[in-house]
Amino acid sequence: MTAVVPPPSTAVPARAQVVPNRRRPRRRATAARWLLGALAVLVALAWVFPVYWMINSAFLPTNRLRTPEPSFLPFGGTLSNFRRVLTDPSFYDAFKVSLAVTGLTLAAAILFAFVAALAISRFRFRGRKSFVVTVLVVQMIPAEGLFISQYQMLDTWHLVNSVLGLSIVYVAAVLPFTIWMLRGFVSGVPIELEEAAMMDGLSRTGAFFRITFPLLAPGLVASGVYGFLQAWNEYTLALVVMTDPAERTLPLWLQGLVEANRATDWGVVMAGAALITVPVIAFFLFVQRRMSSGLVAGAVKG
Amino acid sequence: MSAPPAPAATAPAPPRTSAPTTGSSSATPPRRRRRPLRSRLGPYLLLIPALVPLGVGLGYPLVRQFVFSFQEYGLAQQFGRPAEWVGLDNYVTLLSDPYVWGVIARSIAFCLVNAALTMALGIALAVLMTKVGRAARITLQVGMLLAWGTPVLATMTVWQWLFDSQYGVVNWVLAGPLGMEGQRGHSWLIEPLSFYAVATVIVVWMSVPFVVFTVYAGLLQVPEECMEAAQLDGASSWQRLWRLALPMIKPVLFVVALLQVIWDLRVFTQIHVLQRAGAPTRETHLLGTYIYSLSKEFSMAGAMATIMLVITLALTVFYIRRMLREDEA
Repeated sequence: MTAVVPPPSTAVPARAQVVPNRRRPRRRATAARWLLGALAVLVALAWVFPVYWMINSAFLPTNRLRTPEPSFLPFGGTLSNFRRVLTDPSFYDAFKVSLAVTGLTLAAAILFAFVAALAISRFRFRGRKSFVVTVLVVQMIPAEGLFISQYQMLDTWHLVNSVLGLSIVYVAAVLPFTIWMLRGFVSGVPIELEEAAMMDGLSRTGAFFRITFPLLAPGLVASGVYGFLQAWNEYTLALVVMTDPAERTLPLWLQGLVEANRATDWGVVMAGAALITVPVIAFFLFVQRRMSSGLVAGAVKG
Repeated sequence: MSAPPAPAATAPAPPRTSAPTTGSSSATPPRRRRRPLRSRLGPYLLLIPALVPLGVGLGYPLVRQFVFSFQEYGLAQQFGRPAEWVGLDNYVTLLSDPYVWGVIARSIAFCLVNAALTMALGIALAVLMTKVGRAARITLQVGMLLAWGTPVLATMTVWQWLFDSQYGVVNWVLAGPLGMEGQRGHSWLIEPLSFYAVATVIVVWMSVPFVVFTVYAGLLQVPEECMEAAQLDGASSWQRLWRLALPMIKPVLFVVALLQVIWDLRVFTQIHVLQRAGAPTRETHLLGTYIYSLSKEFSMAGAMATIMLVITLALTVFYIRRMLREDEA
């Protein structure tokens, strides 16, 4: 970082004149940079602390959590909290439900969003613009004001407490953003590539699947992980639709665990929270770069 | 990602080719009209799979709810009595209740405070990221990512534990090292104001990372030459930030602010979970949880949800119009 080689002051007279003027601010700038760096690290620590605290507490036995002085390091910790969660059959039930709902949502959302993105970025047709606007505006509908109506609808179709029912509303919730994201990726592959292949004798479909599709793989993965995170973490709709304790998803299960143990055993609760967090963070680290850069790509005209 | 066949393909494009394939050039309008039916229907067929779940999962409930908000639809109707039309009665009932106005006012205040705090912190941290060295930047990025990636329910759980009245760290820090004796055993969720303070801390903590990463990605796209030119013209780094970089990424800031307002207005999970952690529900309702509490009176809930939709539109219409104009360009 300190590439500020102090120039030999005797070298060129013209230069020697400039240097003293520039050197002092530079040094001040370096100090400021260090201060800002320290600030950045402090902020990072503040932001990480809750996550750290979850993991720390998950390893501590109850008698060390219920002390006037908190233990900041899990030395001499225990795995018993994790053992209690992992021997609880309701955890596995919820895990299975979550897996089924997420899988179904993901498969449907990716497929549907992909073909829709294709239509709006590769074809010009009447109604295209209004579809794009719909996709944008739909994301603004407060789903939190809609869940009762969604519940009633599923109820009349006998789809309450069913994986299929929850998946239907999840797909609808995930689709708009997925279409939006994939649209960006599809438009990012120049149509000229396809046209060139078509001149070489491939059909339009053939050109698409042989040329464009492989280039879209990262986009599909990114939007897939987005859908995964949404469906895996969702709480509100699950709360409304899955009223039967046997059909709980993992977030509902965790809420149940909190309510059963809040007063007595935070260690188990933290172990449960940590268990559902770790896979999510792994996926998340994998995808986030694409997500935020996808959102801004082309937004700034330089 | 194998990049197979198409290498030398672009070159040989003698006269007759371009018309049938590209079709996008302005020279060929008459041909377009004669395209076969199959290819004209193509795009619509591709849209159907997306339109069906959107219509079933969002559109139909939305319309249904809207219709029911003009009807008397309660428990009796769930058991088969036909619903009666009551016009605007539900809206009148709701909007003449001062409590409902209280909920609306609290929601808007909560939304604006949270969105403003999130944006201010997010932009500040994104700028900070551009000013620090690599190591500090990566540390900050990792911290933000961990916070961002944590599932919302896990987040809520940890924060409840942090704010626990007896053994929570927050009370310990305030009472111990900071010497505020009164904080020992303090219960954060009983008082509506401190309830909202806790909710704000949690919501801001969760939302800032998204803003930071998006704004930072935007700042990276500001062309280096512009910044250098400004520097040569004598602009201080502060001026370059305020007068050049931030105005240039205005579209990004717009989208992000819009999303924050929408998300913070419809905040449900955080409020709901905190309420279940032992807060007085009636005094702490925001729009989302209030609608949830109305679920037994379906038409009231529908009317309230419609009101919420109108508020959302009112708060965001300015942004949406701008975004649409920019999408056109």
